[in-house]
Amino acid sequence: MKNFKIGTAICAAFLMSACGNQGNSDANSNKGALTSNIAERVYIAPGERDEQYAFLSGGYSGNLNVYGLPSGRMFKEIPVFSQFPTSGYGYSEETKPMLNTSFGFIPWDDLHHPDISQTNGELDGRWIFVNGNNTPRIARISLSTFETEEIIEIPNSAGNHSSSFITENTEYVVAGTRFSVPVPQRDMPINEYKSNFKGALTFIDVEPENGHMEIKFQLMMPGFNYDLSRPGRDKSHGWFFFSTYNTEEASSLLEVNASQNDKDFIAAVNWQKIEEYVNNGGGTKMPAMFTHNVYDESTHTATSELMEEVVTVDPSEVPGAIYLLPTPKSPHGCDVDPSGQYIIGSGKLSADITVHSFDKMLAAIDAKKFDGEAYGIPILKFEEVMAGVVKSGGLGPLHTEFDGRGNAYTTFFISSEVVKWKLGSWEVVDRQPTFYSVGHLMIPGGNSRKPHGKYLVAMNKITKDRYLPTGPEMEHSAQIYDISGEKMQLLYDFPTHGEPHYAAGCDADLLVNNSKKIYRLDENKHPYAINSPADARVEREGNEVHIYMSTIRSHFTPDNIEGIKVGDKVYFHITNHEQDFDVPHGFSMIGQGTSEILVMPGQTKTSIWEPKRIGVWPFYCTDFCSALHQEMQGYVRVSPADSNLELSWSLGD
Amino acid sequence: MIIGAALILGLFVFPMWNIQLGAPQYPEPLGIDIYINGLQGQSEFDLQNIDGLNHYIGMKTLPKAEDMWEFTVFPLVTIAMSVFGILIGLIGLFKGISSNWFAFWFILMSIFGILGVYDFSQWLVDYGTDLDPNAIMKLINPDGSPMQYNPPLFGHKKLLNFDAYSYPKAGGILLWMGMMFTLIAFLLAKKSNRNNIQ
Repeated sequence: MKNFKIGTAICAAFLMSACGNQGNSDANSNKGALTSNIAERVYIAPGERDEQYAFLSGGYSGNLNVYGLPSGRMFKEIPVFSQFPTSGYGYSEETKPMLNTSFGFIPWDDLHHPDISQTNGELDGRWIFVNGNNTPRIARISLSTFETEEIIEIPNSAGNHSSSFITENTEYVVAGTRFSVPVPQRDMPINEYKSNFKGALTFIDVEPENGHMEIKFQLMMPGFNYDLSRPGRDKSHGWFFFSTYNTEEASSLLEVNASQNDKDFIAAVNWQKIEEYVNNGGGTKMPAMFTHNVYDESTHTATSELMEEVVTVDPSEVPGAIYLLPTPKSPHGCDVDPSGQYIIGSGKLSADITVHSFDKMLAAIDAKKFDGEAYGIPILKFEEVMAGVVKSGGLGPLHTEFDGRGNAYTTFFISSEVVKWKLGSWEVVDRQPTFYSVGHLMIPGGNSRKPHGKYLVAMNKITKDRYLPTGPEMEHSAQIYDISGEKMQLLYDFPTHGEPHYAAGCDADLLVNNSKKIYRLDENKHPYAINSPADARVEREGNEVHIYMSTIRSHFTPDNIEGIKVGDKVYFHITNHEQDFDVPHGFSMIGQGTSEILVMPGQTKTSIWEPKRIGVWPFYCTDFCSALHQEMQGYVRVSPADSNLELSWSLGD
Repeated sequence: MIIGAALILGLFVFPMWNIQLGAPQYPEPLGIDIYINGLQGQSEFDLQNIDGLNHYIGMKTLPKAEDMWEFTVFPLVTIAMSVFGILIGLIGLFKGISSNWFAFWFILMSIFGILGVYDFSQWLVDYGTDLDPNAIMKLINPDGSPMQYNPPLFGHKKLLNFDAYSYPKAGGILLWMGMMFTLIAFLLAKKSNRNNIQ
């Protein structure tokens, strides 16, 4: 009888805890009714679509990845700075120029910070800008084709990290250097860094119609490290804020030597003032070498231009345009709230978050409340600009975004958590662990006047045991939190490709109707395009052979080619004649020293092949295009270099 | 009567019939809008895409306006009938005319309509059965006869992986309304004649 009673008690306890797991409120979870139905809130049933887009940077993959929220499903990897065999980006003749730099063809970069174009401080969904950190570049990606359309190299910069953030009407995309370097570059002793190296902050003008970028001016700042940056918005529109570290100007063992000053700075730059100065002929034109690569959607072809000059501005030339705001302990994030009033500096070696007030900054400037200067730039008194300190209880604050309801969310790298706090009262209202060592977080629209504050994505640096193990190297982990309630709630955990340093997101409605389905064949202006299979042909110019080829389900025209010789350079110009959504054709040739290409409907792409051996060599369609995909193939006959065989081509003979 | 006869001119603005083809891989169905003077894709490239798919089973490409006499003759008949209808309507309005003219118009139009539908169904059968003997896929029914692919004249039919739906569209509905109006005009005229006689 007694045993029976104990059994019942255990059973009851078990039932109660089972209840708790199902999410009915109990003392353990302490999250109220929110815990119910977590699975339902991230579950997107087959055929249903996500509420929001998230664009997560791919870090050292050099690419940008598109995900859905709340499901965490990945939709596309957009090649930006890296060669990408999946589509042939950087391999096809048309896209090779995209990866041209003043250092030559650089097939890789480290992509960090995506930012979606804005109008009046709100996301407008035209383009997304991203930075290449290693060989300094800024790229613009179309949000109708989800393809990279433009890449501009940044001269005088090194470690293009406080980039690529845009002003609230997309007037400028801003690229700040992480490493200060000699400007112009020259052969000099490294230990003469101090006061000789410069930190270039580059303002790139964005043409409103087509998004084309042009460097307006480079502000030549003192030789600090410029870490991250944010535009002022609304009331602070016209200013830009840059966090700095290594104000010690150390050139070696920075982990110690750049961590000595109790406070570094957030640099506040009145770009409108400098813009006016430059518009009136101010600044110095200096020789510089950088490339500007533009992809034209109508010719499906990129061109690369080498630029030779840039306008630089020395801070001393525009008095009253730049101020330094002391900020404790090597601040990383420097984030501006949706109202434009607060500038949040996350001192990554401290426990607290320092918040500056834009109004107080203006008042301090007016009253000249300076605490000395650095290289002629006034340093504002810390207590005169500081609005408050968030006593977080965490360690290593990195980056902050906002929900538009008066709350801020800050990641803490060292203590591995997201902390929610209130703007104005600076009180901490919630904290949730991340898994593990979170870098940046992203709230769709969280870097705008109007955040779409339902989900928060935390991007972690360390994965450890979150997924099934895959050897020493693993994808990074991300977590999605629901932030619609008072308390944050962890919904889901998903692996991310490459290393996401930051992300941008928006409501799906902003993009879905503009997303292109096909390219129009009748608008294809590629010089080697053919509009009809009747125009398919092969032409020889010396040892260059141009094959004008078309594809449609399920054949190439032509598919038998003879008269090619060893030593020829054979260009396959392939036009996909499909005008149907999601029917690409691929092309690959045996022994080709480059990748396959994937040709979208209405598009023309070119793949080069240099045959080295005689024989009859096959090519085939790499994309499973139709039921007759396996039949979509052809042969090229390669004759000896001295052969007299005339060119001939055919289909179906 | 005038309104009724004028409404059939709607055939020149709106498609009279529509055939949609949906399949698992075509969640947005491909569609053919049949106008009095030719075929158009429901979306811009639908005709081309339907032809592209149909070549696997050896179907002919969809006819261009110049390929079928119907697309020349039907518009002429429609204009003639409309002018004729408006004319007898006007005469009826000012002078008085036997309501039998309205009935005559209605019957004539109905005959043309029935002939048109018959012709349409003949074309569907031809389109769906006159197949290229070298077709990539030659499919046969369980009874051994070659599979036929004519879309339905009206309603739904399953064609391999496709669901075909065939229904009238605005032009066809206007034609039907126009004919109903003339029928009503005839009945009203007849009634008022009878009243006048009484």
